[in-house]
Amino acid sequence: MSNFAERNFLNTPAGWKSWLVTLDHKRIGLMYLYAIMTFLAVGGLIALAIRLELLNPGSDFVTADIYNRLFTLHGAIMIFLFIIPSIPAALGNIMLPVMIGAKDVALPRLNLLSWYIFCIGAFIALYSILKGGVDTGWTFYTPYSSSTETAVIAMTFGAFILGFSSIFTGINFIVTIHKLRMPGLTWFKLPLFVWGLYATAIIQVLATPVVAITLALLIMERLWGVGIFDPAMGGDPVLFQHFFWFYSHPVVYVMILPGMGIISEVIAHFSKKRIFGYRAIAFSSLGIAFLGFLVWGHHMFTSGQSEYAAMIFSMITFFVAIPSGIKIFNWLATLYNGKITLETPMLYALIFLFTFGIGGLTGIFLGAIAVDIHLHDTYFIVAHFHYTMMGGTVMAFLGGLHYWWPKIFGRMYNETHGKISAFLIFVGFNMTFIPQFFLGSQGMPRRYYMYADRFHTLNIVSTVGSWILAAGFFLMLYYLVRSIKHGKPAGANPWGIHGLEWTTPSPVPPENFLEEPKLEHGPYDYDKFMPEKTV
Amino acid sequence: MKTDGTFMLPSASSTIAGEVDSLFYFIFYTAAILFVLVIGVMVYFVIRYKKKDNDDNLTSSVDHNNILEIAWTLIPAILVMVVFFWGFKIYMKMNVIPSQAMEIKVTAQKWFWSFDYPEGINVTNELTVPVNTPVKLLMSSQDVLHSFFVPSFRTKMDVLPNRYSMLWFEATETGEFDLFCTEYCGLSHSEMIGKVIVVTQEEYDLWVEKESVIDESIPLDVLGKDLFKKKACYTCHSLDGTRLVGPTLKEIFGSEVRHTDGTTAIVDENYIRESLLEPHAKIVEGYSPVMPTFQGQLKDREIDGLSAFIKSLK
Repeated sequence: MSNFAERNFLNTPAGWKSWLVTLDHKRIGLMYLYAIMTFLAVGGLIALAIRLELLNPGSDFVTADIYNRLFTLHGAIMIFLFIIPSIPAALGNIMLPVMIGAKDVALPRLNLLSWYIFCIGAFIALYSILKGGVDTGWTFYTPYSSSTETAVIAMTFGAFILGFSSIFTGINFIVTIHKLRMPGLTWFKLPLFVWGLYATAIIQVLATPVVAITLALLIMERLWGVGIFDPAMGGDPVLFQHFFWFYSHPVVYVMILPGMGIISEVIAHFSKKRIFGYRAIAFSSLGIAFLGFLVWGHHMFTSGQSEYAAMIFSMITFFVAIPSGIKIFNWLATLYNGKITLETPMLYALIFLFTFGIGGLTGIFLGAIAVDIHLHDTYFIVAHFHYTMMGGTVMAFLGGLHYWWPKIFGRMYNETHGKISAFLIFVGFNMTFIPQFFLGSQGMPRRYYMYADRFHTLNIVSTVGSWILAAGFFLMLYYLVRSIKHGKPAGANPWGIHGLEWTTPSPVPPENFLEEPKLEHGPYDYDKFMPEKTV
Repeated sequence: MKTDGTFMLPSASSTIAGEVDSLFYFIFYTAAILFVLVIGVMVYFVIRYKKKDNDDNLTSSVDHNNILEIAWTLIPAILVMVVFFWGFKIYMKMNVIPSQAMEIKVTAQKWFWSFDYPEGINVTNELTVPVNTPVKLLMSSQDVLHSFFVPSFRTKMDVLPNRYSMLWFEATETGEFDLFCTEYCGLSHSEMIGKVIVVTQEEYDLWVEKESVIDESIPLDVLGKDLFKKKACYTCHSLDGTRLVGPTLKEIFGSEVRHTDGTTAIVDENYIRESLLEPHAKIVEGYSPVMPTFQGQLKDREIDGLSAFIKSLK
């Protein structure tokens, strides 16, 4: 067998038109991947502009008006168009059926529909830029969002539509995991990434309708003056916050759970070791998904909600810390006695332990109500959620991208470039966001485009960090694009590891497997058999 | 402005601040130790168990250990519960307002703070309070959400348009402290900055006395200049021609302005009076109707003063 599968999902069937109506989960996933990488680039460039404005205390690079539109756009693009679909809709879509020995997802037409709904939602959301942008922040807090003259309706309607794409993907994954596992692949033989996707899909299906309703109510309020959130019309602005966070907190776990799934895969496979605490990791995903629905009030400790509610929310918030901690300890224990190699995906997994560790531990500050009162809406919050979202989800996503890249494109990227880029991203990321913790604890509020002189030094460090971070991403763009044509053929199993997806040729054939897949080993059976590397 | 804090926290200048800081540092050091342990173990394992060349052996089949797993579930659980109770205990103190606290009404609007004292004094952006005295703030907003945040007091509370929110503090040292708006409120959010001026009881009594009587001997334009600063007019109106949220006041007196409805007018004393009391009656072309009314906040002599000041900017 040649090392590069000439007949694969990328070229069969041929012609760009075949992509538009494809039902192949890999093609749909790949189109998602291209789209979200584009949005990552756009959101990232906006972030660079924001950091450039904050380089100096005064107003120099952009006006307040533009700045407010930029941070809104950055948040909305990164959350709704990048992070939420990143791992499930792109990597999950491509890999899930292959990992469970299926030919496709259970509902391929629904999958294609979810892609087109994503496109429509994205177009409508971005249309708001043509209408002058939105200046509410991605949280759309009322009554500011019901009274500002900017294009709130276009942006929220876009997010409303994007929600359906997310729900459809969720339904599809739940049905697929229940019904299409190959014979013999029982629940506890599933790779942990699949468990992560499963927990995620449940949240997507249950929580997304709530934000859809909330955004629809906001649109009704603006269009027809139905007073729901705006006190000028008899509404209650805090109600909006409850609705909004009822979705937006669980959605944090939509972002992180599949990321944790990737980390479980990469750490086990690059340690060539059985994963430690398989059931604990699988159940802690479900535990996090469940508890995630009960903590939304911790975003609202200063909103004037009752002290009693604040107490309950604070307590449950700390419960979430426990399953997250369990996962970290299990990953560490997996490294023990392993045969560790440090290719780029593994580097991202180790970076994840570092950055997500900081993200998780700084969450303890914010769960403690009295300390949160001081830190709420300061740069400490900005740093904290970037450590969980970027230090967590994005690092895991990059790990997963490098991990499955040879499977998707059949070729290896330049490993040295990959390591340099990971190093730049690690250094740049920490340099950008560590100073923001201290800016926040010293009292610098978020969403300020001018700030007091005493915050200047740390802001300079942060902005310089953002340039290093950008350099890392540009290098990644270069070597990944280059690898598609010029990379070394990867072969079926370039890492020499377990997992059904590594038993089929790379790139994956249109029907996923050339012959009926056989389940010869469990997902992490390095105590029974050591697969051969093909590159 | 007080800036003598540590690298991590600003000065601790209220009764509650020290307690919040103790918890902050407890979490910080506990988290730091845990983090160093986790990363240390990770780095050690990565070095110690690095794959050796030509090592084709299988790896261990051990994939769980009950004692270990119970330990790393229970120990963190106990730690976070300690932090929870500790944090909640301080939070209760923050919320139980001492009955003898002096009460000040706070009104937030785009983009300034206004304070009404029981003695009938109204000031903008500068909250003067006596040291070692509990102060209760009864807060509401005229427009969107704002949030009252004094870093040195470790206290923060959202200010809402449809209900009152409350907050109390007791300053423990004199000085000037930053007051930030921390709930995003639009264009000049980052300029909605006031200060809390903490003075001794004697200085406070003197201040109340001085603010309560209107000093008729101050020339009108000086009074106006003073009010321009005190009422935070500068947030939206420049004096040097710069375009801010509202029109610049440079050379505006006697000039002709064009309104959004197409009409024009010459800026004179009556025009200024109307702009202060009914700001939405006429909107200068190219600007939004966002100015709040100063009806009831300015006495006649103060309006005269602002007119005289604007006149002097020719």
